[in-house]
Amino acid sequence: MRAPKKRRLYLLLACGVCLSAATGLSLAAFSSTLTYFLSPASVIAKNPAPGMSFRLGGIVQVGTVATTIDAGTPTTSFRVTDGQASIPVTFTGVLPDLFREGQGVVAIGSMTTAGNFSADEVLAKHGASYMPKDVEQALEKAGKWNPKYGPPPAAATWNTMQVKSTSSS
Amino acid sequence: MIPELGHFALALAVALAFAQGVIGIFAPGLRDPRAMRAAPALALSHFLAIGAAFLGLIYAGVVSDFTVENVADFSSSAVPLIYRISGTWGNHDGSMVLWCFILSLCGATVAAFGQNLPASLRARVLGVLGLVSGGFLLFTLTVSDPFTRIWPPPLDGAGVNPILQDPGLAFHPPVLYTGYVGFSVAFAFAIAALIEGRIDAAWGRWVRPWALLSWCFLTSGIALGSWWSYYTLGWGGYWFWDPVENAALLPWLTGTALLHCAIVVEKREALKAWTVLLAIATFSLSLSGTFLVRSGILNSVHSFAAAPDQGLFILGLLGLTIGGSLLLFAIRAPVLAASGIYAPLSRESALVLNNIFLCSIAAVVFIGTLYPPFANLLFGIQLSVGAPFFNQTVLPLTAPLIFAMAIGPLMPWKRAALAPALQRLWLAAGAALIVFLAATAERHVIAALGLAGGIWVVIGALTDVAERIRLFRIPLGASVARLFVLPRAAVGATLGHIGFGVMVLGIAGMTLATQKVIVLTPGQSTELGGYSWTLNDIHDAPGPNYSQRVADLTVSKNGQPFLTLHPSRRFFTAQKVVTNDAAIHTNGFQDIYAVFADEPAGSHGAELRLNRHPMAPEIWFGGLIMALGGGISLSDRRLRVGAPSRNKKPEGAVA
Repeated sequence: MRAPKKRRLYLLLACGVCLSAATGLSLAAFSSTLTYFLSPASVIAKNPAPGMSFRLGGIVQVGTVATTIDAGTPTTSFRVTDGQASIPVTFTGVLPDLFREGQGVVAIGSMTTAGNFSADEVLAKHGASYMPKDVEQALEKAGKWNPKYGPPPAAATWNTMQVKSTSSS
Repeated sequence: MIPELGHFALALAVALAFAQGVIGIFAPGLRDPRAMRAAPALALSHFLAIGAAFLGLIYAGVVSDFTVENVADFSSSAVPLIYRISGTWGNHDGSMVLWCFILSLCGATVAAFGQNLPASLRARVLGVLGLVSGGFLLFTLTVSDPFTRIWPPPLDGAGVNPILQDPGLAFHPPVLYTGYVGFSVAFAFAIAALIEGRIDAAWGRWVRPWALLSWCFLTSGIALGSWWSYYTLGWGGYWFWDPVENAALLPWLTGTALLHCAIVVEKREALKAWTVLLAIATFSLSLSGTFLVRSGILNSVHSFAAAPDQGLFILGLLGLTIGGSLLLFAIRAPVLAASGIYAPLSRESALVLNNIFLCSIAAVVFIGTLYPPFANLLFGIQLSVGAPFFNQTVLPLTAPLIFAMAIGPLMPWKRAALAPALQRLWLAAGAALIVFLAATAERHVIAALGLAGGIWVVIGALTDVAERIRLFRIPLGASVARLFVLPRAAVGATLGHIGFGVMVLGIAGMTLATQKVIVLTPGQSTELGGYSWTLNDIHDAPGPNYSQRVADLTVSKNGQPFLTLHPSRRFFTAQKVVTNDAAIHTNGFQDIYAVFADEPAGSHGAELRLNRHPMAPEIWFGGLIMALGGGISLSDRRLRVGAPSRNKKPEGAVA
């Protein structure tokens, strides 16, 4: 084989190996690591299996944030609502600076057998606006707020916007 | 008055930029030397116009002119001067002006220092830069105007977001933007070369310093951003695989590839079309990185709020720039024939391999970052791709890169053999093996692999230097003398590799981090990571535009107190925001990190998060060393002196 041809063959071979490795790895990782976003109402509807990791997003219900201390380890509990349902969340760790009652929040974790959402990570938005996009869409879907018609309702009213039909756990 | 002048200067800049674009691109075709000479003059005046607009905006911020909406929304009279200045680019509209300012600065630099470039190439490069700048300036002027006035003006501004009141934020965006935007010059050279239809070593010699310079800034920008999130967010993490972070990582990966293959163009005149493609890809990813996040397509915790019409405009601009350049590439690339020939085992091939690895990593990061918005758009499902995906895909692809990284620089050009290169690496291999075995003995396999990889790269790079200065084979003094006359590019490359290795060490070390969340009342202590942490006291302390509660912690080892930490909680009354100010003590090889998270009601104590982070500082040291290596490489003699023929006939340089 002539040198340039041989070179091209090696090149293609190297590219092929790398590309297929990249594709294979991506596909394998996709199937095991994709996390879905669920609003409290869809958690009630879909009832995800305990231990399955997902992102829970909504508004921190006003007046529900409490911290209990067990042998020095603090656990924060609060409820996340989308106006239709609310889910109890427990979290051990440092809450983000912008975590506040009545503000949008995204928690990553899974349901426990007791029906609590145990969060490994809690995110609050730290940009110019305090509403995570996922949460905004969930609220829009729940019919509680449409961004087209102005800013979100006052934070304090969120917990009174409870209950449509679902019995919030 | 000043904001109006700034607004006018911005409008003037749009006109000048488009003039620069049109004249620069078409003048060489018309063979009109006067028109070609107009391009640099336009680039300089375009730079001055944006500079005036930018200064006007900063002035409005400094004097707290709350009739300007941008200032009223993102600043206040209580904010310290430095944050009134940095607040200018801490929001969407202002950051656009900064972005365009840096772009025009690049254009002005090419205009001012490019006298030895062939006139037609220079005009075309400036033309491309002018068009890109014009597009984004038009965007700033029409839908994202930072000089909008409001009436009646508020008594005081809304203030800067407290998290952003930090020296890290003052420097992080300008440095990162310079990195992003600097690649516009490599891009402009690539497009100009496609129009001209030729690329040679001289072209490579022009593109490489620009790519290198932007790469240094991008590296420092990413490292700064990572450091900033490490110490301000108080999560103790340094990288979250957030879309914004990925958006900065993507051009870094392709930019690193560009840097390496530009060497091949310059030295061996091969891989031309590929280099051009990488230059286009890197700038396209820089653009997407800056703007996809703002257009609201990528959902990120960092993103600015943007209106939908802004998103569409930006998408149009992105499509035009990226699509247009790729189309041009498809049409013109076959013209760029390679002339250098090399064997499958050679330095050239090693650099090709580097490119393949880096681009594969970039590909998986790209897929992981863009899949969620596409899934949302196409299937209407909301999902997210988080750290586990990237850890599972990027780490296996990085392993062979790290392995090859120590071998590549030891291979000669044109034709090489593997055996001599491997022989010279016995020391690196031995050291890596010892580290690996020592760390696996403690059952930390991932950390062991990372530490071994880092050691392998660092010692491999040092071996390369030792070979070059013939260490221990000639008298030591002669070796040291050789060290000082080594080409700076070689020293820079070695430092770049060492920096990467050090960073790998830091990342591997961080997998061994230990942390604990605990509530302590004054006088209580707890054990973590071999230290005893005691809370002494919680007290109030004053601050410039906040009040704070400070916790006094003493850390002791074997009963000997050796450190006091003062993490605090800051209450910003204007914004009703509380932030945690982490206390970090570093000794260069380990961080002791404490966050005062809360004062839970009824506990009379402080909720603390205590962390011990082995090797954490190495992550940023590594970044710094990499950037430093780039800087040293930039000062190489051949980039200063041997640059495209200064005294020869101009056409000689492109022939």
